Order: sequence, then C-alpha cells, then structure tokens
Amino acid sequence: MSKRLLSLNVNHRTEQHAVADNALLLDVLRDTLGLTGTKQGCDGGECGACTVLVDDQPQLACLTLAATCAGRRIETIEHLAENVSMGSMGRMGRLQRAFHESLGTQCGFCTPGMIMASEALLRRVPQPSEAQIREALAGNLCRCTGYVKIIESVQAAAGVVR
Amino acid sequence: MSAGRGAPATRPVGAVGQRTPLIDGVDKVTGRARYTADLPLGPALVGRILRSPVAHGLIRGIDTTAARALPGVRAVITGADFAAPYGVIPIAQNEWPLARDRVRYRGEPLAAVAAVDEATAEAALRAIVIDIEPLPAYFSADDARADDAVLLHDHKGDNIERRVEQEFGDVDAGMAAADLVLERRTTYAEVAHGQIELNAAVACYEPEAGRLTTHSVTQVPYYLHLTLAQVLGMDASRIRVVKPFVGGGFGHRVEPLNFEMVTAALARAAGGTVAMQQTREEAFLTHRGRPATDIRLKIGMKRSGEITAVDAEVVQRGGAYGGYGLVTILYAGALLHALYRVGAVRYQGFRVYTNLPPCGAMRGHGAVDVRHAFEALLDELAGQLGLDPFAVRRANLIDAPYRSLNDLQVNSCGLPACLDWVEQASGWAARRGRLLQTGGVRRGLGLACSHYVSGSAKPVHWSGEPHAVINLKLDFDGGITIFTGASDIGQGSSTLLTQVVAEVLMLPLARIRVVATDSALTPKDNGSYSSRVSFMVGNAALRAAEELKRMLVAAAAGKLEVTPDEIDWAGECCAVVGTDKTLNFAQVVEAALVDSGTLTVKGVWSTPKETQGGKFRGAAVGSTAGFSYAAQVVEVSVDEDTGVVKVEKVWVAHDCGFAINPLAVEGQVQGAVWMGMGQALSEETDYHAGLPLRPNFLDYRIPTIAESPPIEVKLVESRDPLGPFGAKEASEGALHGFPPALTNAICDAIGIRLHELPATPDRVLEAMQQRRREQRLQARRAAAAAGAAVGAPATPAEAQ
Repeated sequence: MSKRLLSLNVNHRTEQHAVADNALLLDVLRDTLGLTGTKQGCDGGECGACTVLVDDQPQLACLTLAATCAGRRIETIEHLAENVSMGSMGRMGRLQRAFHESLGTQCGFCTPGMIMASEALLRRVPQPSEAQIREALAGNLCRCTGYVKIIESVQAAAGVVR
Repeated sequence: MSAGRGAPATRPVGAVGQRTPLIDGVDKVTGRARYTADLPLGPALVGRILRSPVAHGLIRGIDTTAARALPGVRAVITGADFAAPYGVIPIAQNEWPLARDRVRYRGEPLAAVAAVDEATAEAALRAIVIDIEPLPAYFSADDARADDAVLLHDHKGDNIERRVEQEFGDVDAGMAAADLVLERRTTYAEVAHGQIELNAAVACYEPEAGRLTTHSVTQVPYYLHLTLAQVLGMDASRIRVVKPFVGGGFGHRVEPLNFEMVTAALARAAGGTVAMQQTREEAFLTHRGRPATDIRLKIGMKRSGEITAVDAEVVQRGGAYGGYGLVTILYAGALLHALYRVGAVRYQGFRVYTNLPPCGAMRGHGAVDVRHAFEALLDELAGQLGLDPFAVRRANLIDAPYRSLNDLQVNSCGLPACLDWVEQASGWAARRGRLLQTGGVRRGLGLACSHYVSGSAKPVHWSGEPHAVINLKLDFDGGITIFTGASDIGQGSSTLLTQVVAEVLMLPLARIRVVATDSALTPKDNGSYSSRVSFMVGNAALRAAEELKRMLVAAAAGKLEVTPDEIDWAGECCAVVGTDKTLNFAQVVEAALVDSGTLTVKGVWSTPKETQGGKFRGAAVGSTAGFSYAAQVVEVSVDEDTGVVKVEKVWVAHDCGFAINPLAVEGQVQGAVWMGMGQALSEETDYHAGLPLRPNFLDYRIPTIAESPPIEVKLVESRDPLGPFGAKEASEGALHGFPPALTNAICDAIGIRLHELPATPDRVLEAMQQRRREQRLQARRAAAAAGAAVGAPATPAEAQ
C-alpha cells in the first residue's frame, strides 16, 4: 500500500505524517501519534469508543480513513483539558470533571468516546434536554453504568438543573 | 481494641460513607489511563490465532512448515507446545490453550503465530494446513445427551459434565400440604458479558533469565499466574503477571483465557515480546458467558402464601469445556430457594457439554435464570391465591441470623426494608392496575427480590491461606502505600481500600497511594469475582490499617512518655488526653521509624468456619460470609401492535450492609439492574451449526442510552456483623431481580406470562397471538358446547 505525506491537524497542532492510503484515523492516532486515549472496542462502527471530533462533529475514528482528514481539525480526549499542551496535563475540562465527579465513568474504556460525543453535543446545544443527550450518545455503548450517571454527568457539565 | 479508637476527631474527607470519586478517575476521563492495548513496551511482534472451521473433529494434522518459512515469521505454535491442560477449577482441567487431538467448537484455537507485522502474521495463518476428521456435533443439551451421542470428553457419560441431586426436607409431603401447586417450564437464551475493552495481552520472555512478564486484561491475575506456570511448564517464580487498567470484565475474565497463554507461549518461542489484540468476534468465541438454560420449577404454597416445597430441574448448555461450569450448576441450586424460608427443596441440575464456545461465570453467576423462574412463579401463585406480590414475599421472609435448608449462613438481611421502600417509591398500592393505557400501549408494574454472595466462603484453592492479604508501607515521607492484588476493573476497589485505610488512620486520601495487581510487588489475591473484594479485601485492609495505627499510637505514646491508651489519635495530629501535649503526623512517623526504619504491616482476613456451608457434596458453592439483598419494581409499557417492551422506570433498593462509597455503590447497583435488563429484553447469542450469528455489537443487542430507563436507587444498610464497617456486596445482587420484575410487569400490563427470554418483540407478539388462538378455540368450544346442547355436532377439529 502506498503512503502519502499528509498534513494532519490533531489537537491544534499541524504535522506532516507519511500515512498509508488505507490507514484508519484510529490507527494513526494510536500508533503513529501515541494518542492512546482513543479506544477500540469493536470490529468497526459498533461501539463508539473511538469517537473523536472532526471539525467539531463526532466521528468514529475506526471508520474514518486518515487520508480524508487532511486540512480538517481533529480533536481527541487528550486535548479536552484546559490549558493542556505538549508536556503539560492542564486541568480537567468541564465534561471530564463532571464524568469524574458524578461517576460517569467506571471501567473508563468507553469514557473517551462518550466524553467526545458529549462535547460535540454541548458545542452544538449548550443546554441540552435529557432527550437530546440520549439521542447524541445513542451510538456510544457503555457496559458498566446503565447510563444513568452518564446522563447526570453531561447535565452537570452543561450546568443543567435536573 | 487499639488505643484511641472512638476518639472525638473530625473524620477525613473521602473516608467511609462518603460519596467519593474514583482515585483513578482522572486518568480515565483524560485518556491517560493505559489499558493493555495502550502499553508502551517498545517493539513487539504481532500475535494471531488460527481457529477451527469445524465444530467437532479429530485433528489428523497441522502442518506449519510453509508458515514457518515465511519471511518475518518468528514463531508458530500448536497444542504440542504446551505442557499441560488447564481449567480454573482444579478438578475440571480439560482444555488446552491450543486444541490437541480434537477440536470441540467452531472457533477453537488451533495454532498461533508471531510475526513482525499484521500482514505477515495473517499470511502465516493462511499458510497453515489443517487436517480435521469431522465428528458428529451437538448444539443443544438434548442432542448432546442422546443415547447414541459421541462423547466430547471420554470420561463424561451422556456428555454430562456434572449432575447435581440435592434434597432438603420432605418435598413430597410439602407438596401434599400445599393449597396450590404450580409447575412451569421456562427457557433462557445464552448471553455474553460484552465488556467494551477488546481482549489483549502482551507477553515478554527474556531468554537469558528464563523469565516471562505478562500484562493482560484479566480479573484474576493470580489464577493466570498459576495457569501460565502449568501450561508452559515453567517455575512460577520466573513469571510476573501485571494487570493494567482493565475495561470491564463481568466474568468474561474470571478464568485464565486461552489467548493469554498463547501470547505467553509465542513470546517464549520467539524469545521476545508479543502483543496480542483480539477482535470483538474473538471475544464472543472466547465467550464464558451465561449458558442457555432450561428450567422446570414446581412450587407448593399455602393460602397464606407460605412456600411449602420447591422442586426444580435445571439443564445448562455448557459448551465444549469445563471452565466454571460445575460451579454454575451448583449455584443454580444453592441460590434457587435460599432467599426465602421454604419448607423443603429438591434440586436436580445437569451441566451438559455441547460443541459450542465454553460458557463460564457471568455477573450474577448461576443464580440469574433460577431467580427469574422462582420470582415469576411466586407471582403466578400469588395471583391465583389472591395475594399481592408484596404479601407473598413477606410471607416467606427470613429473619437473620438464619441458616438456610442447605446450610447457608445469613447474618444480616435488609430485605424487609428494601420491600418497604420500593413499594412506597413506586406508588405500588395506588398505581398497580390503574396505569394509563393509551391506544395499543399498555403499562404494568412488576416486583422481584434477589440476593447474592459477598464472595465464596470457600476459595477455589483450599490452600489454607487467608482469603485476603493487604500490605501497607509507611515511610519517611509520611505517605502510605497500599499493596493489593485485588483487581480494580472499574468497580472502584482501589478507591474503597483507600477509604478504609483513611478511615481507620483518620488521614486524608491524598496521603495514600495504591499499588495493585503486579505479582512482583503485591500480595496474592484470588481476584475480582463473586463480589468478594469489598468484603474480603476490605476486611484485610481494615485489619492492616488497625495494625499500623497501633504501631503509630505506640510510637506517639513513647515519644510523649505516656501509655498508648492515653493517646487521643486524630490522624494528622494526636494528643495526650486532657493535656496540650501534641504531635503532628510527621513527628509521629519520625518517632515510629526510630530503630525500625520503614514500616510494613500486613492485614489478613478469612471467612469464619460457620459461614463455609454444610457437609454435603457441593455445599461450598453458595456459602458466603455475607448475603446482600435487593428488591425492585419495574414499570413497563408494552405495545400490543408491535410487541415492543419498553422499560419506563426502575426503583431498586439494595441492602449493601453499609455503603463505604455510596457513589460507587449506586453506580454498581444501576449497572447491575441495567445488565439484567439487557439479558431480559434483547441480548442473546445465537448459533447456526456452531457458527455464532451475533458476534458483534450490532447483532448482539446491548441496550443503548436511548432505551435505558431511569434507575432510582435506595441503599439499605443492615450493617453486617462480619463485613468491613458492616459492608456487603453491591455489584451483582440487584441484577437477578430485573428479569422477573420485568416479566411480572409485562404480565401486569397484558396478562401474559412469558416462558422464554429475552422478551424480544417477536416472542411477545407470538405469545399474544398464541393467546388469541387459545381464546378463539375456547370461544368455538363454548359455541360448540352450546350447539351440542341443542343437537348440533361439533367437528373433530373443534373438539380437539
């Protein structure tokens, strides 16, 4: 498989990478860039654990060819923290803090995808209804929580009074 | 009692009883948590497994010559490369990491390769030539039990892995004394754990030292350690097992799994590091889920609701190998009836080998399907006797302390309070039977109770060791490190242990670190299963912390030249009672380290003998030092046109003894109820000639957030006398109640009792159509009878 030089903007940093035409965004993020916060939980498009933002939209990195992302803004869980930059962790972002404090995470494996899908929702709808939260996260499976505290976490992050 | 206990000091933030976010939660929400597939271990070979295309057959040959000759292939192994078979139960070890001589299910591992990259590894798999002579294969328990069936395992006649026969009390007399006896048969689909993290292992073999290090997704690093030594023929001291962050387990990972052993064997054969990442399909093939189960249950009841006798037969389709199977079939009998005071019990259980992926332990192990059968039949009996579902359960409550018919010891039982709460919260009395029915959508309420063990009172290995060990280290820096082998797989056990130690020592959580699940560093722990960790490891942590506190108080007393019982211990500072003589924590630590240096203490805990069950065969299974209890009411709506069942709301009360971390306990209870919902509503594996038809999350229907209900939780605290601070399990016991509460609610809504789960739309529709057919038939019969009365003959078809 031939490779091409691709200009990828990941977490506000643009770099050139030699990427195979058939390389998935998921593999480029995890293997090439070492951004292992983005998880793989299925054989393709089933679980939502690999959800990242591409130009503010939630997208499954396991179904996205890296080559289609040239010139687009890719954001991963590693960059949701405030004042985060290479070598400094920053402080948790609002969704990260809410998922932590409200126990929207148990084993944590679906969490990065769940938070990224929630981030896309809050950028689009700052004060979502419960129905909007359920709709936005319907493609993200969690096996631990029963989703109750995930909904509470998103509501807490949005400052929605239940 | 150690000095200073009960001192009037402020309790540290985050200690027991307080809602405490997970100590590793920040790592999880920021993406920094590293799971097995995320580990940076330098260059690694890629491991891949070749699986059997046939469900049952004799292996005539596996030719790996061409695969070995491919450039970039570093190791090719088969069953011949292992020293011994394995199995988590010492008396049922009949599985090889790679099949030897015979394959017994489609997808069973046959051979494995390690290569420089994925493409090479997959080319190598394609180059392996296998020669298998097919045998007859059996995909149902009935077929496998047929007289002329070929045996899967030579010494197991009728393909029955384990037959259980138990009788307590006089069942026939109990049935005769009953005012109403009903018998029902119900079937349950096989379900799978569906933990979101894919299976993965990384093994590194150092040829010079002859040492192996394995990182894996396990819930049971100690069993994995023992099993690696056994199947590889290695001295256990040359093996190190590390459990990194683990993305859920639910029982899939409570026994050592073939891919972990294969990865280690590949690493040894290649003399280096091998990373194995499995697909979702492979997770379904590795399986170990809850078996397809067929239950015939008969219960006798007095008009008062008192249960006079129980008679049950349970058949489990176990799959190809033993695994935890014999424990599962024993659990089904042990926990069938012990929730209530019953007059007499007969139990027959059959665990059957079939040519399907092996079943194993899944959350609620062994007791979920029998709980459904029991709670559903209780409701039906109550209905026919004109009793309310709450009344029939209250008529059979136990009163702790209590010893069940099968010798299970109950020291605390908060079930009455659980029932009271769900009755009130759900508005049962006012709402049941009076819910709004709109169009073709009918609503209903259903109740069920459940219970579960806080760890098995007898361990799998009867080695005489304590059930749990905790080490604590306190050093010059004033930091305390908890060393534990307990596997935190998301349930929050490391957080709980930190809270326990903080509570005893009255120190802030920030002083305490946890080092967990690395066999080179941490004490052995049996693993995270049967809800044992909070109870057993929590107790060990409590004792370790008390021992450390005793040493610190003694050091403070020495420094202040008083006796230990004059010290008022308050963690960050302590004082001599009634004086202004004080020391801060740093000064106490300084004093404690004089002469002794770094302090290391140990806490251990074992189950008391009286909790370890009776003397009959299989009595150990079901025995526990602490039973949890739960009651739940489920509200459903059923669309009579489509058969779609929707869960509108769940009210669940769980007696967890004492909530060390109420936030985490709520999360566990919600997760358990919800997992019960998945099994009851939509989840089922399915096979065609041994081929899994739903080995992915699109066809295996785990509920999404869109169809998951609000779950309101009440924590009932019965303060168990043996639990740490009175705590009992909270992760499993609420699961069992959901399926029966659901079908009881469906019956309340549409008047139909389902005898096949899950309650998918097709099954619900079929049950409604069946009822219509019966109603039409009855109407015709009635008409015919009326016609016969005036001389018209009934047709033979109508008369049938």
